[in-house]
Amino acid sequence: MNTDLLIGVLKRAVATGATAADGYLIEESAFGATVRLGEVETVTHSRDQRLSLRVFAGRASAGASTSDLSRESLERVVDEATSLAKVTAEDPFAGLPDPEELITGVPDLDLADASPALSPEEKIELARRCEAAALESDPRITNSEGAECHDRRARYLYATSHGFARGYATTSFGISVAPVATRNGEMQRDYWYSNARKRSRVEDPATVGRTAATRAVRRLGARKVRTVAVPVVFDPETAASLVRSIAGAASGPSLYRRASFLLDRLGTKIASPAVTIVDDALIPAGLGSRPFDGEGLSTGRTVLAREGVLESYLLDTYSARKLGMQSTHHAARDGSGVTVSTSNLMLLPGRATPSELIGSIKRGLYVTELIGFGVNNVTGDYSRGAAGLWIEDGELTYPVEEVTVAGNLLEMFQAIDAVGDDLVLRDRTAAPTLMIGRMVVAGS
Amino acid sequence: MTELARTRPESFFADRFNVTGGLLERVLGSNLLGRADDADIYLEYRVNEELQLEEGTVKKASRHVSQGAGVRALSGTRTGYAHTDDISLQNLEEAARQARAIADRAGVSGAVAVPSRGRPHDLYALAEPPLVTDLAKKLDLLRKVDGAARAADPRVKQVIASLTSEEVVTLVATASGWTVGDVRPLMRLNVTAIAEAGGKREIGAYGGGGRVAFDFFLEDGRWRRFALEAARQAVLKLGAVNAPAGTMTVVLGPGWPGILLHEAVGHGLEGDFNRKGTSAFAGRMGQKVASELVTVIDDGTIPNRRGSLNVDDEGTPTGRTVLIEKGVLVGYMQDRLNARLMGMAPTGNGRRESYAYPPMPRMTNTFMLGGEDEPEQIIKSVKRGLYAVTFGGGQVDITSGKFVFSASEAYLIEDGRVTAPVKGATLIGNGPDALTRVARVGRDLKLDEGVGTCGKEGQSVPVGVGLPTIRIDELTVGGTAV
Repeated sequence: MNTDLLIGVLKRAVATGATAADGYLIEESAFGATVRLGEVETVTHSRDQRLSLRVFAGRASAGASTSDLSRESLERVVDEATSLAKVTAEDPFAGLPDPEELITGVPDLDLADASPALSPEEKIELARRCEAAALESDPRITNSEGAECHDRRARYLYATSHGFARGYATTSFGISVAPVATRNGEMQRDYWYSNARKRSRVEDPATVGRTAATRAVRRLGARKVRTVAVPVVFDPETAASLVRSIAGAASGPSLYRRASFLLDRLGTKIASPAVTIVDDALIPAGLGSRPFDGEGLSTGRTVLAREGVLESYLLDTYSARKLGMQSTHHAARDGSGVTVSTSNLMLLPGRATPSELIGSIKRGLYVTELIGFGVNNVTGDYSRGAAGLWIEDGELTYPVEEVTVAGNLLEMFQAIDAVGDDLVLRDRTAAPTLMIGRMVVAGS
Repeated sequence: MTELARTRPESFFADRFNVTGGLLERVLGSNLLGRADDADIYLEYRVNEELQLEEGTVKKASRHVSQGAGVRALSGTRTGYAHTDDISLQNLEEAARQARAIADRAGVSGAVAVPSRGRPHDLYALAEPPLVTDLAKKLDLLRKVDGAARAADPRVKQVIASLTSEEVVTLVATASGWTVGDVRPLMRLNVTAIAEAGGKREIGAYGGGGRVAFDFFLEDGRWRRFALEAARQAVLKLGAVNAPAGTMTVVLGPGWPGILLHEAVGHGLEGDFNRKGTSAFAGRMGQKVASELVTVIDDGTIPNRRGSLNVDDEGTPTGRTVLIEKGVLVGYMQDRLNARLMGMAPTGNGRRESYAYPPMPRMTNTFMLGGEDEPEQIIKSVKRGLYAVTFGGGQVDITSGKFVFSASEAYLIEDGRVTAPVKGATLIGNGPDALTRVARVGRDLKLDEGVGTCGKEGQSVPVGVGLPTIRIDELTVGGTAV
C-alpha cells in the first residue's frame, strides 16, 4: 500500500508549519450486481481511494480530504489544511493521542477473505438464485425490486507525523432481496439480507430469498389498530435500532455538546437489569471489528451498560479530554476529521425464546419495521412509524401498518421486561427480541 | 485555487485531465456504440468546505476534494456502470469496457435512446461563488450567529453554527453526441441551539441556503433570523406538553412542511418505481389521487434554489413537471432510462449523488400550489387538532404507500385557536389517500429555506419543498398522550 505517499503528506504538513498531523488512507474496490425478475438489471464496478488529513497548528486544527492523489493535488490539500488550521481557534483539548499509547502490533482479526474472488457471472448467479427462491416460494410473491450481490475489498492505513504507520485489509460480501407480495390489489414489500466478511459465512441465497418472501407475505392484509397503550415486542432487526440510539447518546461528541439524554448518567440505572450492552471490536471476522481505532489506539471490549447500569461512554481522544475522562478508543475517521463510532455493538441475549416473550402478552404489538427519524437524542423522546403483527392472547394474529410507537428511550429501556435468547450478529449492531412493558401505539 | 465557478466545464476537464470532447466521443464510440441502446460518460470535480463553530469558537474547518468519472452503458432494462476516481484516458476506457460487458450479455433491443434536447438553463450564475468568499468573512458570520442565538434567551446554553460551501463542475457526454456541463454552487448555514432550564434540555435547529452567494445570508438579516429561530424553538420545547396520540385533523404551516408532498406522493411518482409496478401509484395515471384543491408540481428551474439544476446529471435540461393537477395524477418524474422504457419523455429528473453512482429519477423542488383560503381561517375551522409548523425528516414505503414525517414544532388547536406547544411526534399516513383528505388550502405558498437532502437507495441529493397552509382531515399523530 501507499505508506510512503501518506507519510510524505504528513512530512510536508510539518515542513509547512503544522506542529503535528495524522492521516488516513482508504483504498477500495467494489462490485455490485442487481437482478430483477430473473434479468440482470445493474452491474457496477468501482475503484476508490481517499486520503484524509488532520493537521494541528499548536492547539488549533483543521481537516482536509481528497480523492485526487496526484502530487500536485496532495500538496495543495496539505497547504490548504495548514492554512485553515491557522484560522481555527486554539483549543486546549485538541491534539493527537500520546504516542506512547499507540498500538505496537496489529492483531489479526481475520477480516479479509483469502478465498479466490468469484467472477461477475458467479455473483450475478447468486443474486438470481436469491430472487428466484423468493419468487418461487409463494404464489403471492408477484413482483420484486430485485436482488443484489455485492462485494468489497478495502485497505486502511493510519499514520501520524510522529512516524507511526499501521494498516489492515478487509473484505465484505453480501446478498439481499426485496420481493413484493400482492393480494386483492394490495401490495407489500419486505427485505432480507446476509452480509459477512467472508463469503463462506454468507447465508445460502435461497434461504435469504425465502425469508424475504415470508416477511413480505405476512404483511398482506395489514390494517391500522385503535390507539392504545400496550406492551410492544421489537424483533431483532428493530431492536438493534434502539441499541443504536443508546450508543448515539453515549458518544463523546453528543455528551460534550450537552445534546444527550445520557448526560451525567454514568454509574446510574438507565435500563432494566435485563439489559447489558457491549461493544466488542475484536470479534474474529466481525463486520464491525477493527484492530485499532481512528487514532491508532488499541481496541477491545467495552461494556456500555451492565445489568441496566451505564458503565461507560464511547469516547475518542478529544471528547475524553473535554469531559475529563480517558478515551475508550472509539475514534473513527469521517471525511472532516475524527468522530466516534461503535464496532460490533450488541445487547446481550436473555433466556426467553421469542415465542415465550410473545406468549406472555395478552394484547400487544410485535414490531418488524420502523420508519422515520422521530428520535430526539437530547431528550430521548421517541416516536416512529411502525409495521408488524398484532399479538392477541399470546399469539401473533393479523398484520398491522400505518401506526406509530411512541415513548421515551430512557423509560423504554427501563421498561424492558424481557430479553430474548435469539441474538445473531447479522450486522455491526445486533440485538435479540426485546419486550417493552408499555408504549403508546397510535392508530385510528 | 482555481475559481471553479468561473470555468467552462468543457475546458475545465480538458485543461485539468486532458479529457476533451473528442476523446469522450472516442471512448463512447469505440467501446459502446452499436452495442448499447444508450451510453454516457459523467465527469465530476467537487470542492466542499465546512466551517463549524462551537462554544463560541471555530472548532472545525475542513476542505474536501473529490473527482471522478462514471461510464454507463444501457441495454434494454440493463445498466452497466463503472466509475473511477482517477480521470485518465486509460481508466475511462477500462470503465467503458466494464460497463459494456453488460451490454454484451444482452441482445440490443434496438430502442433508440431518447436524445436530450433543449438548452441548459442559467439559474445560478453568481457574482461571487461560495469558495471565493474570504474565509474571515465566513467565520465572522458564524461568530455573529452564535452571539445572536445566545443573546436571544439566557436559557440557551450551547450553540453550534456551521457554514458549508460547495462548488461542483460536471460534464456529461451522451452517445447521441450531446455534451453539456454545469457549474453548481451550493451553500448552507445551519444553527443548532440547546436550551436548559429546571433540569430539562431541548434542542432547536434552523437553517437554509441554496445555490447562492455568501451575501444571501446577509440579506434582510437572514442569518439573524436563523439564529433566533433555532433559539426560539429550543426554548419553546422546554415547555412542551406530550403530543396527542391518534387520528385527528392536522393543519400544516407553509414552507418546509411540504416534506409531506415529498414523502406522500413524490417518491411514489418517480418513474423507476412505476415502470417496475412497485409504487402504490403504479397504473393510476389519470385517476383522482388527491382532493381537487391539490395541484403538485416538481420544478427544477427556480433560480438559486437548493433543488434546482441547469441540466440534470444525464445532461437533460430540468423542467417544470405537473404531477397532480386539481387532484388528478398527470405526471411522473423521469430519467432517460425509465422514460425510454415507458415510452415517455425525460423530464430532467435524472440525478445522482456523485460520479460514484448511476443516475435515477429524483425530485428537484416539489411543492403544492396555493389556494383561496386565509391561513388564520384554516386554523379557525378546526375544533380540536394539531398545528405543525416545523419538521425533521420523513420516510416512505413506496410499495405500501405508508409515509411518515416528524414534527419538531407543533401546537394543539383547541376551539379554533392555537394553544399549547407539544413535544415532537411522527405523523403517519397512506400516500394514495392522505391528499384526498386535504380540506383547505391557504393562499400562502412558501418554499422552504433550503435545507432538504433526500436519500434514495443510498444516494443523497439536495432538494427543495414548498407548501401553503393546508388542513388534512384524519391523519395519525404519534404522540404519547392517549
